Amino acid sequence: MTSLFEYAPALESRSIVDLRPSYGLFIDGEFTEGTGTPLKTLNPATEEVLAEVATGSDADVDRAVHAARRAFTRVWGPMRPADRGKYLFRIARLLQERAREFAVLESLDNGKPIRESRDVDVPLAAAHFFYHAGWADKLEHAGLGPAPRPLGVAGQVIPWNFPLMMLAWKIAPALATGNTVVLKPAETTPLTALLFAEVCQQADLPPGVVNIVTGAGETGRAVVAHPDVDKVAFTGSTEVGQSIARAVAGTGKRLTLELGGKAANIVFDDAPVDQAVEGIVRGIFFNQGHVCCAGSRLLVQESVHDEVVASLQRRIGTLRVGDPLDKNTDLGAINSAEQLARIRALSDVGEAEGAQRWQPEGDLPTRGYWFKPTVFTDVSPAHRIARDEVFGPVLSVLTFRTPDEAVAKANNTSYGLSAGVWSEKGSRILAITNKLRAGVVWANTFNEFDPTSPFGGYKQSGYGREGGRQGLAAYLRSATS
Amino acid sequence: MNADRLTVRKTYKLYLGGAFPRSESGRTYEVTDAKGHFLANAAWASRKDARDAVVAARAAFGKWSGATAYNRGQVLYRVAEVMEGRAAQFAEEVAAGEGLSATRARAAVDAAIDRWVWYAGWTDKLAAVLGSSNPVAGPYFGFSMPEPTGVVAVLAPQRSSLLGLVSVLGPVLAGGNTAVVISSKQCPLPAVTLGEVLATSDVPGGVVNLLTGDAAEIGPWLAEHADVDGIDLAGTSGPLAMELERSAAGTVKRVLRAAAEEPDWTADPGLARMTPFLETKSVWHPMGV
Repeated sequence: MTSLFEYAPALESRSIVDLRPSYGLFIDGEFTEGTGTPLKTLNPATEEVLAEVATGSDADVDRAVHAARRAFTRVWGPMRPADRGKYLFRIARLLQERAREFAVLESLDNGKPIRESRDVDVPLAAAHFFYHAGWADKLEHAGLGPAPRPLGVAGQVIPWNFPLMMLAWKIAPALATGNTVVLKPAETTPLTALLFAEVCQQADLPPGVVNIVTGAGETGRAVVAHPDVDKVAFTGSTEVGQSIARAVAGTGKRLTLELGGKAANIVFDDAPVDQAVEGIVRGIFFNQGHVCCAGSRLLVQESVHDEVVASLQRRIGTLRVGDPLDKNTDLGAINSAEQLARIRALSDVGEAEGAQRWQPEGDLPTRGYWFKPTVFTDVSPAHRIARDEVFGPVLSVLTFRTPDEAVAKANNTSYGLSAGVWSEKGSRILAITNKLRAGVVWANTFNEFDPTSPFGGYKQSGYGREGGRQGLAAYLRSATS
Repeated sequence: MNADRLTVRKTYKLYLGGAFPRSESGRTYEVTDAKGHFLANAAWASRKDARDAVVAARAAFGKWSGATAYNRGQVLYRVAEVMEGRAAQFAEEVAAGEGLSATRARAAVDAAIDRWVWYAGWTDKLAAVLGSSNPVAGPYFGFSMPEPTGVVAVLAPQRSSLLGLVSVLGPVLAGGNTAVVISSKQCPLPAVTLGEVLATSDVPGGVVNLLTGDAAEIGPWLAEHADVDGIDLAGTSGPLAMELERSAAGTVKRVLRAAAEEPDWTADPGLARMTPFLETKSVWHPMGV
């Protein structure tokens, strides 16, 4: 389709980012060599190698945990809570000051559009530190029992879809509550975490309070399994979450898990179609659909199915897929070759099982990892594309006739992270919201996040919350909890 | 009382889906008092009984969790009223099973009834205490509220057969969950009597299912059951507790771990047994004209 509006490229300069050829581990306040075999991290939009990054071995993880324990016992635990808060305020401000640098680096390493890293990921990361900074000296007022105390050393493992934001969701509450941290970023997106390590140095954060150990699955396993870790926090796939819960069993370590999802986005016949279509697009194509709470199952009332799908396809035809650093870009690159293969495989299954695949016209870049925004219609609840988390820009459209059927279909999943409801009728929204078994429900909006709003799953989407007063509970103990 | 009168003994059965069946396995086991004297043959629940109980608990979840908090509070309070009327019977069973003096057994029963009243009063306060209004940075009305996790398997304490049982069951019910309980193996009789109380207290059938038998035998099936959402390991310890926690990981169950030793159930329980089986739902709605 020839676009009515031709855009000139509006490229964000990458010169603000000073990439080093290789990066070490950040342990005890300093960058040190890792003893594992280094990894290469790629720009998924071009397949160019961005940098070589150290892999933390068991011994490196052990050093990091020791540093974290020492910092917990000697410095961070005994520190005046107000001072802990001040360090977090400093970090929030430093993230804001260096926001552009973080945004460009995130888009380079992850492949997400600069518009999103600039307007969502980085501002929300700063907001999480700012929010939790204020909690540091108010914990006894949080309603989490008398005299709440930190747990000790938190081992945290995060995914590649929101590298900096997930880091903030993990580190900010841990530090505010007086814990110290060993964090393992995802194998394919370590760079903003390492830049964050520089922020910790600029903030004069005491050594050992935050330790960043890069690497792949083995490094993560070592963090989870380390006997001197008191608390494990993980965001990622349900499969890995299950293996972590198994590994933690019997150890007494506290555990929170934020896992996969297969959210229903329910559109009733009285919803304003144009707004709903914007919400559907935002729900599934935000961050290339690499979102655990993505609205990947569109449940549309039968009477408006054709109208909604036609309008949706028209809108998708205007989405721009391409260079993540172009400010016009709506969908960037798929994060890795492995993820692209998974998305392709599940989409092929969708077609093989009888669903109709639709993709817009247009070419994709020849280098890098790309997948067009995709809509499947004629999807039945038994199809794998209606059940399995694709974690890509692939929407499955199902229909319903009655509100009860919408709720039954929405809840017909082992996941329970999020859901959306679109209707002009307030009482219907509240009634449906009550019946959805999901940790976040967006009514007439989708994919909104805020540090004051607790986030996390029901069922096999995990347990524990991040954000809000409720999120503090994951990092505290008290006499009665 | 006529000394010559031959007493009518009770058959101790399971409480499952609002009815009192024997174990489908036909098995029973001998329950004795603390000195080893015969008290009764209790139903020895099987894996199939446990699965039937999960079906009943799931079927009851919608109505129980959907009831108003006020209604749930009244129903639970009613349980305490009926317990009070049965206090002497409970005291006799607790004294015999746990080997307590009549005075101490009665104190345990009184504490159990009071504990039940305490939890009954929580139903309509949880949302205010655990929920929140979320001042998000945008034109949205945001709020969070606690909701029950679903079907919870409760492996009741082994030693404290009534106060311990009430202390682990009350919090699960107050939050709006339904329960499958495996009683103390050695002292199961107060659990069966509690089932009779529940059956006559307007608690809908299936909300509580009480199985007498061996947690080590049935627990693993409940820990890995795909339609059980949470498990309280209070009545287990050591390798069994670890095995159950590991099995529960396969379906991402919420696990409330057992303390190293069975706690003093008379202590103030706080919220610690309610929050593990409560989810938080956050809702966003745009504001605009």
